[in-house]
Amino acid sequence: MNLPISLSVNGVPHTIELTDPRITLLDLLRERLDLTGTKKGCDRGQCGACTVLVDGRRTNSCLALAISHDGADILTIEGVAHGDSLDPVQAAFIAHDGFQCGYCTPGQIMSAIGLLREGHAGADPERIREGMSGNLCRCGAYAGITEAVLEAQASLSAGKAA
Amino acid sequence: MNQFEYVRPASVAEAVAAAAAPGAAFLAAGTNLVDLMKGGIIRPSRLVDVARLPGLSRIETLPDGGMRIGAFVRNADLAYHPGFAAAYPAIAEALLSGASAQLRNAATVGGNLLQRTRCPYFYDTASACNKREPGAGCDALGGENRLHAILGWSERCIATNPSDFCVPLAAWDAVVEVEGSGGRREIALTDLHCLPGDAPERETVLAANDLIVAVRLPEASRFARHARYLKVRERTSYAFAVVSAAAGLHLEDGHIVEARIALGGVALKPWRAHAAEAALAGAVPGPGASRRAADAAVADARPSGDNAFKIELAQRLVARALARAAAGTPDRMPALPASPFGA
Repeated sequence: MNLPISLSVNGVPHTIELTDPRITLLDLLRERLDLTGTKKGCDRGQCGACTVLVDGRRTNSCLALAISHDGADILTIEGVAHGDSLDPVQAAFIAHDGFQCGYCTPGQIMSAIGLLREGHAGADPERIREGMSGNLCRCGAYAGITEAVLEAQASLSAGKAA
Repeated sequence: MNQFEYVRPASVAEAVAAAAAPGAAFLAAGTNLVDLMKGGIIRPSRLVDVARLPGLSRIETLPDGGMRIGAFVRNADLAYHPGFAAAYPAIAEALLSGASAQLRNAATVGGNLLQRTRCPYFYDTASACNKREPGAGCDALGGENRLHAILGWSERCIATNPSDFCVPLAAWDAVVEVEGSGGRREIALTDLHCLPGDAPERETVLAANDLIVAVRLPEASRFARHARYLKVRERTSYAFAVVSAAAGLHLEDGHIVEARIALGGVALKPWRAHAAEAALAGAVPGPGASRRAADAAVADARPSGDNAFKIELAQRLVARALARAAAGTPDRMPALPASPFGA
């Protein structure tokens, strides 16, 4: 049984024949489109390593069946930078050591981009920590992650004001 | 995950017909369903994808001042809807205290109502669970059960309902609109979930092809300035409730005209505490009234294992939720929604 779906991934349109309805969005990205920046951590919606933006909203791709996302617009970590120019969130994670081993980092960055787009946290560290609680970091780089998101928030609002 | 047939109906009627097949299940966001399927806990033979059925993602204000929420509104969209959050602040707070931002962006209103228990023995297919396999026994009895039920449990099942959203919905008299083989009908939220009794495998009064299409709330502006949801968790965020409490007060001239109280994390359904509400009618808010209400809320509670502490915790949380409600709904959603700590 072949199930065709259309997806836009990082601005590139794809038509994909799914061979199996069980394929998650995460496995589709990694195994069919070779976009391995999105990580499989727990694969059960508990760690956030698989976070991508679906139609502009951060979501766990491990719990999303690909077949039910026909027509969706997906943004992954591979689509965040503009050429050699890093997204402000990426740059802030580097500046503030927002990672150690790096495995959770693509999910952290996608979640932070989603958080900033949602616009509910502002420059309040407590709201940022709460808003990022769906992304676990086993290395414990949380202090740097919070600093990075704060800086990205500041640079984005400065950019808007300019 | 088991193999299944995937169907995407174009209408509610088609969805109800497609889900009448044996072994069929509705798929909305899948945040609970796909997880359960990955663990082999449920094995539906057909998934009926209903998330994009037309017309079921609206949030409407009704002529009587109540609100009607389409079943496929996402949890985050409801919590941040300005009209909804102003009219039902404790419900918005409960929504934002549940799961993570990623999950709230995906999970639907209807799916939240039908999420399964998080009892670890239900999730572990090597354990005995009457809910997963009727007649198999219950390994939670005598097992690791400090987080299990203190109200309404039976010797067959001591699991709890994990929903935060359902707790204030129960307190605010929500009604669930359901479409099934016999057409449209309405069920009070407090009648939707079943207590375990002798048949814990039956979780709700719905038939397998009954589709929740909307949740309706009656007008409740008299509680809006004094409404809270508090939740004790084992970590600060992104955790299910050990115990939670929703409280709403209608105050006039310093007296309680009417109170609403419901508890979460204590039973296999959201637990409306009518006796606690009655204990507050006409009272002046304060520690004495809160204590009487808190005692009434857990009058029927008994431990199902190593969880006697939850009875006192529920009393204290009811009292604190009432104190916070009396102090007034915060102007802005707290940084840590539903936190019982801090101001």
